[in-house]
Amino acid sequence: ADIISTVEFNYTGDLLATGDKGGRVVIFQREQETKGRPLSRGEYNVYSTFQSHEPEFDYLKSLEIEEKINKIRWLPQQNAAHFLLSTNDKTIKLWKISERDKRAEGYNLKDEDGRLRERFRVTELRVPTLKPMDLMVEASPRRTFANAHTYHINSISVNSDCATYLSADDLRINLWHLEVTNRSFNIVDIKPANMEELTEVITAAEFHPHHCNVLVYSSSKGTIRLCDMRSAALCDRHAKFFEEPEDPSSRSFFSEIISSISDVKFSHSGRYMMTRDYLSVKVWDLNMENRPVETYQVEHPRVLSRASCPRPVCVSNACPCPQVHEYLRSKLCSLYENDCIFDKFECCWNGSDSTIMTGSYNNFFRTFERSTRRDTTLEASRESSKPRAVLKPRKVCTSGKRKKDEISVDSLDFNKKILHTAWHPMENIIAVAATNNLYLFQEKVN
Amino acid sequence: MECTLDAQSLISISLRKIHSSRAQRGGIKLHKNLLVSYVLRNARQLYLSERYAELYRRQQHYPDGAPLLAMPACPPPAAAAPPELAALPLPADTQDREARSCGAARGGAELLEVPVCAVPPELQRAPCRDSSPGFYRAAGSAGPGGGGSAAPGLLYAAGCDFASGGAPHCSSRTTVLDLDTHVVTTVENGYLHQDCCSQCPCCCQPAPGLASPPPAPGTKRKYYPGQEEEEEGVEEGEPGGGGVAGGPPFAPCTKRARFEEYSAEHPQDSSNISNLISIFGSGFTGLVSRQQADSEQPLNGQLCSKQALASLGAWTRAIVAF
Repeated sequence: ADIISTVEFNYTGDLLATGDKGGRVVIFQREQETKGRPLSRGEYNVYSTFQSHEPEFDYLKSLEIEEKINKIRWLPQQNAAHFLLSTNDKTIKLWKISERDKRAEGYNLKDEDGRLRERFRVTELRVPTLKPMDLMVEASPRRTFANAHTYHINSISVNSDCATYLSADDLRINLWHLEVTNRSFNIVDIKPANMEELTEVITAAEFHPHHCNVLVYSSSKGTIRLCDMRSAALCDRHAKFFEEPEDPSSRSFFSEIISSISDVKFSHSGRYMMTRDYLSVKVWDLNMENRPVETYQVEHPRVLSRASCPRPVCVSNACPCPQVHEYLRSKLCSLYENDCIFDKFECCWNGSDSTIMTGSYNNFFRTFERSTRRDTTLEASRESSKPRAVLKPRKVCTSGKRKKDEISVDSLDFNKKILHTAWHPMENIIAVAATNNLYLFQEKVN
Repeated sequence: MECTLDAQSLISISLRKIHSSRAQRGGIKLHKNLLVSYVLRNARQLYLSERYAELYRRQQHYPDGAPLLAMPACPPPAAAAPPELAALPLPADTQDREARSCGAARGGAELLEVPVCAVPPELQRAPCRDSSPGFYRAAGSAGPGGGGSAAPGLLYAAGCDFASGGAPHCSSRTTVLDLDTHVVTTVENGYLHQDCCSQCPCCCQPAPGLASPPPAPGTKRKYYPGQEEEEEGVEEGEPGGGGVAGGPPFAPCTKRARFEEYSAEHPQDSSNISNLISIFGSGFTGLVSRQQADSEQPLNGQLCSKQALASLGAWTRAIVAF
């Protein structure tokens, strides 16, 4: 139950929140540099732990509601306290995380242990004073936004106006005000009149980082729609529609599954957005709807697609080698059988939008430098992650001869997957969640 | 990690996934089930197109088509036995079960025949409107009870009460009903017709499990632990209530006719999933009951998947919708 289900840095990067399948939220705080321990800068230690969601049972529908935290999103900090939104399948909660390092002592009418003092003992007025105490971090639920979603919530996104946020389920997107819990506005509804006509669902949604009227949502068909809330109250009609035409030669039984988008993220600049489907990451320019500007194959080109291809330079989908396509199909088939093909990988930008990162199988995660197209594969594992050790890039070999340190395609462990990653908003620190372990890596500074 | 890409095995894997999703914690995941239904559709299309190709090849060998036309008629147990798939205006009753078990009993012969309704044998010979090329009859099924080489999963309606149906037919015609999409395919001397059983009262949800009066709208049924919307109770109830009456939740056949394709490539999206996703009145009890009826038949793995295919009409509805 402590499988990590979401990872998110706050706006300054000092706090890192993780949610797990058991409904718990753990917040890590970055240690400040101190003279005594100069090397401890950059370490994240547990700051607060609390139970955000509990399992519920909907008696009306005989439906159990999982407590798994699907998403956490921080609010921009406005005072000493920190606020975050956490959501499970049905309910979103606003949590306030605050520090308490002083305690009031010397009450007039109460003893130190809280018992009322006897009246005759109260002979003079005693004004309580604040005394320092050990730091205590409290998390308290401030708002609960419930009963607005019939389907499973997959995304929440805080608007740049810091007053509203959206929550998206499979078929609808709702707009909330952070102060108002008893009402939300439906802004996107793709539910067909006849459920038999359902062909796609919403898989992710996000507000634009700067324009508070713009949002995007991705679908299971591999399309992204951009909506402008100024145009209408109900944004069923998109303002922009992003879709890359399918390559007909690559059709298979599983074409629909592998084209389903699992995550969509705006770049920090707001000019681009990135989508993750099962095999690739695509960067889109918001001004160009007909195809992405960059496409990165996440799995090594030969892992899932062309491992048996005798032509070593075969990289295109139109490879005529029958055994290649056969390999792909059989691989996808077994991934379909063990449900791995439904894994929803996330992706993230670095602070300057120069590099993108996403997770993969075998506890590998990959970073792609956009300008040089250089990609790096790294592994998050206990053996290779001693503190302060430099991670060695991994390589997946596909041909028969396996070099030292290479991993052979067939020994990839598809049960070890990195679905959730996060990049510090300003520095090169990344958080990588591998099942129930959280790894934090920092760029080595000489 | 080798895996057979046999369409049949993919179909049974997919159905298993759909079935187990109902028991999953947190309710039915709409997204996953939608994707599984796409795989199901793709596999089914491939399977059906292969069957069709086989049929076509055999037709070429038998131009007079006589053996092909034999409509193995399951001796109707009684009059008015609605087919499992045609949840007709006829009330589901014991005859229903008889018809089903009759059809089920034939499962062992690889050809699952479902008498659409009790009609005199001569009408049964009439080309019924049958659906989908998907489930077309394999050549060589000759005679009642025949079907040794018939395509598994061929559901054909023998006889129908389509008032408008029953056109005179030349002997070289074979018609097949896809009980799922309710599209009729007529193979005439190797030339294919396709029409839709429009006013077919049979164009209703299969309701094999409805042995009892259909549940009232909004009634919760245990087969849908994942039902998420109460207002969809209308949809749920309707298949039961309306389904028996040929109710509205099931798209008119004309829509489904558009769905039919003979090639497996580029399935149209329009009504593609429509017949795969809907509230299915009896969930998987249809299969369960049929399997029980089949217990006297030797069931091997292959037969199971063929049964699965045969009941695909029922199964493909078993997904998700809320």
